[in-house]
Amino acid sequence: MRTALRNDVRIIDTTLRDGSHAMAHRFTETQVRDTVRALDAAGIEWIEVSHGDGVGGSSFNYGFSGTDEMTLIAAAREEARTAKIAVLLVPGIGTVDDLKRAHDAGAEMVRVATHCTEADVSPQHFAAARDLGMETVGFLMMAHRTDPANLAKQARIMVDAGCQCPYVTDSAGALLMHEARERFEALLAEVGDEALVGYHGHQNLSMGVANSVIAYETGVRSIDGSLCALGAGSGNSPTEVLAAVFDRLGIDAGVDAGLLLDAAEDVVRPYLNRWPKMDRNAVVQGWAGVYSSFLLHAERAGERYKVPAHEILRRCGELGYVGGQEDMIIDVAITLAAERDDA
Amino acid sequence: MDTPKVPVAIVGPGHIGTDLLVKLQRSDVLDLRYVAGIVESEGLTRAREAGVEASAGGVDWLLAQDPLPRIVFEATSAKAHAANAPRYEAAGIRAVDLTPAHLGPMVCPAVNGDAHLDAMNVSMITCGGQATIPMVAAVSRVTPVPYAEIVASISSRSAGPGTRANIDEFTHTTGGAVAEVGGADRGKAIIVLNPVEPPMIMRDTVYCMIGADADRAAITASVHDMVLRVQEYVPGYTLRAEPQFDEPADEWGGHARVAVFLEVKGNGDHLPPYAGNLDIMTAAAARIGELMARAELGVPA
Repeated sequence: MRTALRNDVRIIDTTLRDGSHAMAHRFTETQVRDTVRALDAAGIEWIEVSHGDGVGGSSFNYGFSGTDEMTLIAAAREEARTAKIAVLLVPGIGTVDDLKRAHDAGAEMVRVATHCTEADVSPQHFAAARDLGMETVGFLMMAHRTDPANLAKQARIMVDAGCQCPYVTDSAGALLMHEARERFEALLAEVGDEALVGYHGHQNLSMGVANSVIAYETGVRSIDGSLCALGAGSGNSPTEVLAAVFDRLGIDAGVDAGLLLDAAEDVVRPYLNRWPKMDRNAVVQGWAGVYSSFLLHAERAGERYKVPAHEILRRCGELGYVGGQEDMIIDVAITLAAERDDA
Repeated sequence: MDTPKVPVAIVGPGHIGTDLLVKLQRSDVLDLRYVAGIVESEGLTRAREAGVEASAGGVDWLLAQDPLPRIVFEATSAKAHAANAPRYEAAGIRAVDLTPAHLGPMVCPAVNGDAHLDAMNVSMITCGGQATIPMVAAVSRVTPVPYAEIVASISSRSAGPGTRANIDEFTHTTGGAVAEVGGADRGKAIIVLNPVEPPMIMRDTVYCMIGADADRAAITASVHDMVLRVQEYVPGYTLRAEPQFDEPADEWGGHARVAVFLEVKGNGDHLPPYAGNLDIMTAAAARIGELMARAELGVPA
């Protein structure tokens, strides 16, 4: 049965998860507590907290967490009065054991994320989540990399496995408005009677908020945002902008747009190392269809091997690398450096 | 006079079993006598065409043969192997297990191939384990490795339904083996499936945490030496670049890091060359079988 909606649309805030990429996975407990308190006061129903690559993501490949994510999840849970805590889990990186630890720490929703054509690695994790009594979301990442019909088939695999809300997850911020709409419609036609459908956007081509409006118009009822857009690449659809836009459209998202603007301005902005923006590297990600989390890794590899980060990213797009293959960024940088030296 | 050969069998005539068949038929110490399945299949037909006795009668049929095989290569499923293993042992037959059952000690030919030659059952770990553990061992035999992490990228086409349905099993087993067999204090494994077309060749990255003053030249030499050892049974096992050393960092607890980038191209025996992940499993299993057979025959490797 479809999850009941509290309002016209459910906004899930991912500042403390997707934002972890932009923060190089160094969120402090204080930052998490302050952000959760502000989001909770503004009426946000679900707050995602974990390493950017999901529970178990702390690693050489993606970056080690500055503070153990289970500590951050527990702190978030303690701070939240009405909001509930979600975590991300990427099968192949995190495991059911990590999920159980997150559940013990207070997480009540898991968002199981697979590449858009690989949904059949998720049933094990959906089953475990449902056994734990958790709410479930399925992320079909890099949704631009398959056609709407196949994306809908993959959503069906997730829903049949226990997913209550498959997402069109535009990890590269690459979906143009008509492409996003086709995918929303395909998923709604396939699973809309039994599940909610969601949208997770990135701002690499500046489409996050516009696509969120289209999402609502087509029937998508779960939409992600991050305060100050804090997320991978040029960040996510800003939660505070979504709130203001939905307010103007007369759509009740159950949130106070003014308080979210305060949260963005007064709580999140002061701790930003970098405000995600549409600079050359990030735009190239949307343009070439590259996983947004590659950004900081490409910048680091670019510096280490003295090759332009945007060229690394473009090459990653040409080679079709997917989320999780951050090691290939170093490989590409070494290759580009060798090509330069041979020239 | 021909060198005597040890009679062996394959149980599970799927693509893995068929690829293994091609490799075992090249062996000068293994005599592939039997292939057993539980239903008539293309794999059984291919085995018969290759001149091997094959039956859909399963393990019952196999255990009624004379002579019995001395070694069975199991390429079925974890559940099937758990059921079959006691029967092999009762019949005095040793098992080389390519399934995720992991009943016996974990073996990687280039690292501990000689360590369990008398075991009744050995586990071939996982594809990612076979590809990466030699590199962890190459580093850990030179300098202490408090933590090692491996990332295995495989083409979607080469990931079967068993792997997909239980991907955590890969993560746990490989991470554990990176420590236990590779010689790191702690291990972590990550697997990524990539659907790009044409399919990508298996890629593996091995990161080892090392001391700030570890002997980098010795590590590099050890890595190159180990690559040659793996190439003895997987010719397409190559370094993409020289080992990469990164300076000590606070977030690494003041340790430095060495990263090894690998490509594993399969031999193309039955499986396509991009499926290096499957090839390295069958090649490693064949290698272990040969080492066991040589030990039994008293023929030096």
